Amino acid sequence: MVMLPVQHYHFYSTNMKKLTIPGKVSIILVILFLTTLWVFPMWRIDLRAPQYPGGLSMKIWISDVKGDVDIINGLNHYIGMKTIHKKDFPEFIFLPAAIMIFMGLGIVVLILNRKVSYYIWTFVFAILGIFSFYDFYKWEYNYGHNLDPTAPIKVPGMSYQPPLLGYKKLLNFEVLSQPDIAGWFYIGAGVLLVAITIYEWKKSLAK
Amino acid sequence: MNKFLLTLGSVALIASIQSCKMKTTDAVVAGDAAQKVYVAPGKYDEFYNFVSGGFSGQVSVYGLPSGRLLKVIPVFSVFPENGYGYSEETKAMLNTTNGLVPWDDQHHLELSQTNGNYDGRWLFANANNTPRVARIDLTTFKTVEILQIPNSAGNHSSPFITENSEYLVAGTRFSVPLGDADVPISSFKKNFKSTASFVSIDKNSGHMKIAFQIVLPGMNLDLSHAGKGPSHDWFFFSCYNTEQAYTLLEVNASQKDKDFIVAVNWEKAEEYAKAGKGHKVATAYAHNTYDESTQTATSTIEKEVLELDPKDCPDMVYMIPCPKSPHGTDVDPTGEYIVGSGKLAALIPVFSFSKIIKAIQDKQFEGAFYGIPVIKYEAALHGEVKKPGLGPLHTEFDGKGNAYTSMFLSSEIVKWRLSDLQVLDRKPTFYSTGHLMVPGGDTRNPYGKYLVAYNKITKDRYLPTGPELCQSAQLFDISGDKMQMLLDFPTIGEPHYGQAIPASMLKDKQVKFYDINKNHNEYVTMGEKKANVIRKGNRVDVYMTAIRSHLVPDNIEGVFVGDQVYFHVTNLEQDWDVPHGFAVKNSTSVDLLIMPGETLTMKFDANKQGIYPFYCTDFCSALHQEMSGYLRVSAKGSNVPLKFGTGVVAPETASK
Repeated sequence: MVMLPVQHYHFYSTNMKKLTIPGKVSIILVILFLTTLWVFPMWRIDLRAPQYPGGLSMKIWISDVKGDVDIINGLNHYIGMKTIHKKDFPEFIFLPAAIMIFMGLGIVVLILNRKVSYYIWTFVFAILGIFSFYDFYKWEYNYGHNLDPTAPIKVPGMSYQPPLLGYKKLLNFEVLSQPDIAGWFYIGAGVLLVAITIYEWKKSLAK
Repeated sequence: MNKFLLTLGSVALIASIQSCKMKTTDAVVAGDAAQKVYVAPGKYDEFYNFVSGGFSGQVSVYGLPSGRLLKVIPVFSVFPENGYGYSEETKAMLNTTNGLVPWDDQHHLELSQTNGNYDGRWLFANANNTPRVARIDLTTFKTVEILQIPNSAGNHSSPFITENSEYLVAGTRFSVPLGDADVPISSFKKNFKSTASFVSIDKNSGHMKIAFQIVLPGMNLDLSHAGKGPSHDWFFFSCYNTEQAYTLLEVNASQKDKDFIVAVNWEKAEEYAKAGKGHKVATAYAHNTYDESTQTATSTIEKEVLELDPKDCPDMVYMIPCPKSPHGTDVDPTGEYIVGSGKLAALIPVFSFSKIIKAIQDKQFEGAFYGIPVIKYEAALHGEVKKPGLGPLHTEFDGKGNAYTSMFLSSEIVKWRLSDLQVLDRKPTFYSTGHLMVPGGDTRNPYGKYLVAYNKITKDRYLPTGPELCQSAQLFDISGDKMQMLLDFPTIGEPHYGQAIPASMLKDKQVKFYDINKNHNEYVTMGEKKANVIRKGNRVDVYMTAIRSHLVPDNIEGVFVGDQVYFHVTNLEQDWDVPHGFAVKNSTSVDLLIMPGETLTMKFDANKQGIYPFYCTDFCSALHQEMSGYLRVSAKGSNVPLKFGTGVVAPETASK
């Protein structure tokens, strides 16, 4: 008990570099948010045309592509787009692996209990996010531009790249691309990481 | 002043002459009728109305209240439009002991029931000419079973059903000798019989089986209905020609003041059948079933039927006198009142079930008809509806204590109250209604709201179309005290009876396409890579696939005059509303209409040398016109190897 003031001082000195309670809670939350990627689809592309009053929907999961893929494949052969098959996407292997490693890093950050490691963790997430979107965009570009030259329907100057995010009209189809449940959690994780990084940074300055 | 009165008098006289003119629809259609039947584009009707096709042999489906035709379901007649009765898979559905019968006369429909209410599982239909009953699956709107009825002719009082779909009945309208006995027609009284067949329905599969046949004297069983609630155990059949005429029935079968309503205690009959009181009789009748898994119909000839003779089975059958050749015999929602509609009578007798039971207990009989006790008319009678109109044919109920009877001769619908038998309202119909139908009107809990009159005579209702006109139906709103005519709509064939069920009970369980992985058709082609052409003697089997927008194979050579070519076409699509059609030039068979995930087979006789184009007949896509191919038929003995494929271009053509 006599040592209390000393300990008190020591606690404050290290606290400058250690994570706050909200910081620690956020790590758990981010990990929980990311586990939804295995429970819900992360992205959806909805298509609507007069002939499809109920619409068609393609759901992109972390390791699969589901929904009306067969129907979309059947339709796209008219304009010479490649058919979509799960096995053609190496992303379905390395993306879940990368997310799992990232979640593991979160545990490490929690154990290390240092603000710096949290900043690095956020930076890794940003890289991962940017790369994912770049990869998604690249696939969409190829999917929409690499058309079979013998396709029955050729519209001069027309390409069929789906929108990265938002609405686009492609021939008779209206296309809407947006995050699905797990996608929103993924975005939530990003927002949380950035917010807590700023929070931790401000806390460290205040002391 | 006198002059003034005289003038006034003549004006009144002329006015009264004006008001005496005959009623037309202008006088009966009120202002808001259009609103009540308008179903906006994209909106759905409230009811599915299944309507018998009469001499078309099929069943049609209309939406109510719009009166729009939604579908024609092929049942007893071949249907070139989709290959029903022509494709190798469906031919067996129309098989009988006399081979394929391609047509029939379809009169009455009954929806399956549970606890006296529609359960939306199956629709049953009768064939009048070649006695048969059919079962239609209400998830696919497809005929899945047809059962022939032996020892019968004119299967008219059918397929009426018991409250829990335990049995449906099939009664003889044209009495015939049992078996194939060769007897003089004039020996009618001695040799001719009518039978009431009870067909059991399997609770789970719906499969039909003739449980027993009750052998009745030679007379004409007309219509029937099962009891409900307290009268659950009973079935009531109307009959005419108890005069037992066999020629000029128009006169000779209309002599007696009263014919009968035949009351059959079917629970008792079932007990007698189980107790071995019947005798098994050798006969032959076809039983055709459609297997959903193999998508193929098979026909089996059954060899035996169990007959029950009322003589050996006391308390099973009673007769109730009913005026003048009764047609409809209809049981009200409570099961207490049985309405007989004597088509030549000027009144409607209403019998009381509790009185019938009491009369039986007190043995209030006025005699016997061929040994069957005849209950005293007054002892069974609840009362008579006086002066209802002329030619009462058929009655249905609204569940609010009212009955609605169609009047053929006076061409009107008459609403009357069951309790005191007072006429409440009458509305003209255009013209001469046969049956009428209230949604659920023959169940314990009618939905009411609408009434449809199925008219026998059309005349000037629509734009004229030469001597042959469509039939006509009329829709009434019966939700108020007075009936209101809403709509005329043309119908196919000749509708007799109909049934209507709320759309919500069927629309969400419709099959949209068949799962290709569950297609166990013997001749399925699972994917384009499996497409094939196999020769065995002069039989050539083509295993063909169809998917937008090509057929595999689409070039076939090495077929010779005298070959029988079987095109087994599998539609590989797995999406709603993408059928493919298939037709071959000069084929004596008809079109195939193949649903997604389905396989159908067309037999093509290669009778003449030539190139035979084949193509998809159901506009399927932007490249539908391109969905075609060629079959080459060469002279017998010519040196043409068997060759087939799609997308294979010969080198000599490619080089150009």
